[in-house]
Amino acid sequence: MRKDTSVQPVKKAHEPFVHITKRGELVWWRAWLIRAGALILAMLLCGLVTVMITDLRPMDVYVALFNGNFGPEVDTWVVFRDMAILLCISLAVTPAFKMRFWNIGAEGQVLMGGLASAACMIYIKDAVPNWLLLLIMLAASLAVGALWAAIPAICKAKWETNETLFTLMMNYIATQLIAFLTIFWERPKGSGTIGVINQMSEAGWMPSLFGNRYVLCIIIVAALTVAMFIYLRYSKQGYEISVVGESENTARYIGINVGRVIVRTMILSGAICGLAGFLLVGGIDHTITTTTAGGQGFTAIMVSWLAKFNPIFMSLTAFLITFLQKGAQQIATGFRLDPSFSDILTGIILFFIIGCEFFIHYKLNFRTAQKEEK
Amino acid sequence: MLMTIAAFLQGAIKQGIPLLLGSTGEIITEKSGHLNLGIPGIMYVGGISGVVGAFFYENAMGDAMNPFLAVLIPLVCSLVGSTLMALIYSFLTVTLRANQNVTGLALTTFGTGIGTFFGGSLAKLANSETASVSFNRTSQYFSATLPFAQDWGFIGKVFFSYGFLAYLAVIIALVSAWVLKKTKVGLHLRAVGESPATADAAGINVTAYKYAATCIGGAIAGLGGLYYVVDYAKVWSSNGFGDRGWLAIALVIFALWRPDLGTLGSFLFGGLYIVYLYIPGLNRSTQALFTMLPYLVTIIVLVSVSIRKKRENQPPASLGLSYFREER
Repeated sequence: MRKDTSVQPVKKAHEPFVHITKRGELVWWRAWLIRAGALILAMLLCGLVTVMITDLRPMDVYVALFNGNFGPEVDTWVVFRDMAILLCISLAVTPAFKMRFWNIGAEGQVLMGGLASAACMIYIKDAVPNWLLLLIMLAASLAVGALWAAIPAICKAKWETNETLFTLMMNYIATQLIAFLTIFWERPKGSGTIGVINQMSEAGWMPSLFGNRYVLCIIIVAALTVAMFIYLRYSKQGYEISVVGESENTARYIGINVGRVIVRTMILSGAICGLAGFLLVGGIDHTITTTTAGGQGFTAIMVSWLAKFNPIFMSLTAFLITFLQKGAQQIATGFRLDPSFSDILTGIILFFIIGCEFFIHYKLNFRTAQKEEK
Repeated sequence: MLMTIAAFLQGAIKQGIPLLLGSTGEIITEKSGHLNLGIPGIMYVGGISGVVGAFFYENAMGDAMNPFLAVLIPLVCSLVGSTLMALIYSFLTVTLRANQNVTGLALTTFGTGIGTFFGGSLAKLANSETASVSFNRTSQYFSATLPFAQDWGFIGKVFFSYGFLAYLAVIIALVSAWVLKKTKVGLHLRAVGESPATADAAGINVTAYKYAATCIGGAIAGLGGLYYVVDYAKVWSSNGFGDRGWLAIALVIFALWRPDLGTLGSFLFGGLYIVYLYIPGLNRSTQALFTMLPYLVTIIVLVSVSIRKKRENQPPASLGLSYFREER
């Protein structure tokens, strides 16, 4: 009995069928080739699943996906608007992730930012000029989002509290707070929703630019993307973030105050989440519900990770995910399927891209290949 | 008054059982060093696979249902569904050493997608107008109680008025607590979660333990989804399950990674979920604040545990890290 688990019977020099070794740095184009291959495989599988569920011909699946984003029946501005919001939240979580601080509380931070904006819209109304109200809303959203992120960060810096679990819990506190205030502010009474705020006066609504309501939103996020790229790549603070992420001991050794970097970076992260909340409430929805963030706080984590925390690539991955979700939703409506069909496809794509990282970082040596070496 | 208390306790326990199963599954997984944030998705899949099994068996057999098969088919479907989900997770994180947080979140997206999608499709098959699926006979068998539960008053209501899955949940939790703490398998599993390199050097098959813990944990968590649908709610509706999966993860911390404490914690969380029904003077808005309580309590526990730094109350040391033998 004792033998079977603790002592392995000695065999003749046994060579495993595959031997896994860590790769050195892979040439960048080969790494992207692997990623592209995974993406193509995933798209093929998605197509297969769609063909099985609907009676579309294989090629038509991809046409339908495309039409869901750029077809004649859809407003392509909406696609870019949703991509911008997703990108904004992804940019928000990025500095924290680079520091290996797993902020999975973006959902809650966005909601709290949105809540602050909504509160300003409800209480200040048109007492001040619209541009001033927008500035107040922006400041409030940034502050509240930052506060919501700072609480777990301070505990992490002081007592090493597990940040993944802490930020996760903060999401649901934010959700319930909004559920509470929704009933407090609800209009009309008993409806359970706040409805569109300031419908008549449009106070606190972001202005249209070039005749489109969403352009301003998109411009803000585009500017933020560039700013975040420069911040992470060229600023001293960005450098400190990457050192803390690589090794906390090294950071301490070269005189970086790790706790301060953690708190400062999380405040930045939370403030950008707050900005996303401001854009959602002031620029798009003009109301707040418990589903305003709509799970994008979680999707953003994957978007950021897929882009290897690079803000420029992130606009591509955010586009990929949005494209897929919009396209799948179009297929779902066209075939009267459940809209959650898009979640299944997103899941499949994510699994493939997550899995392919293995082949970038590790090398498989098969047994036959090894024998030749001897 | 006494019967009100009995009804409250009964409600708390019924609400607590899905959380208990979910958290027991997550504890077993986390003990192997894997933070599976896919548990909410796995519980959805556990629920919907059971529903699919129940739905087709009920429709195929009509009145001629065999009570034994009516329970067995959904049970097996649920176990298979949730184990497959856990296999995806363990293949990606153990074999391919992918980032656990990202994989878990992707699994939750995927799982809730599958749950809602197939639930919605079944509702269309059943021509239901409310977008829900019901399976009355199956849930009758699942929620069948002992015959004397009705006659025993307070005791009967609090202790004997549940379907068999509820008792199974408590038994699973107590047995896993015993296995983790007292047996060699448990010791090895904890070693894998604390320091896989040490465990590997001691001759423990780290990969096998990680796979087994994740899959068994996933299967147990899936039962939580099944219990919620066939016994508690007795109907599948999209979004009915809500955020119970995340609450189960919160419970893991609250129970300090001990399934036996999890039983008490789950009943407490269940009680907090429904306590607003029993306190006079509460309205809909305060209900939201009460639902916040479990999360708030969890945060307090999480922070105070990290302040006190008592060794036996900490998360497994290698939680969230992948293990590669040749890495220094």
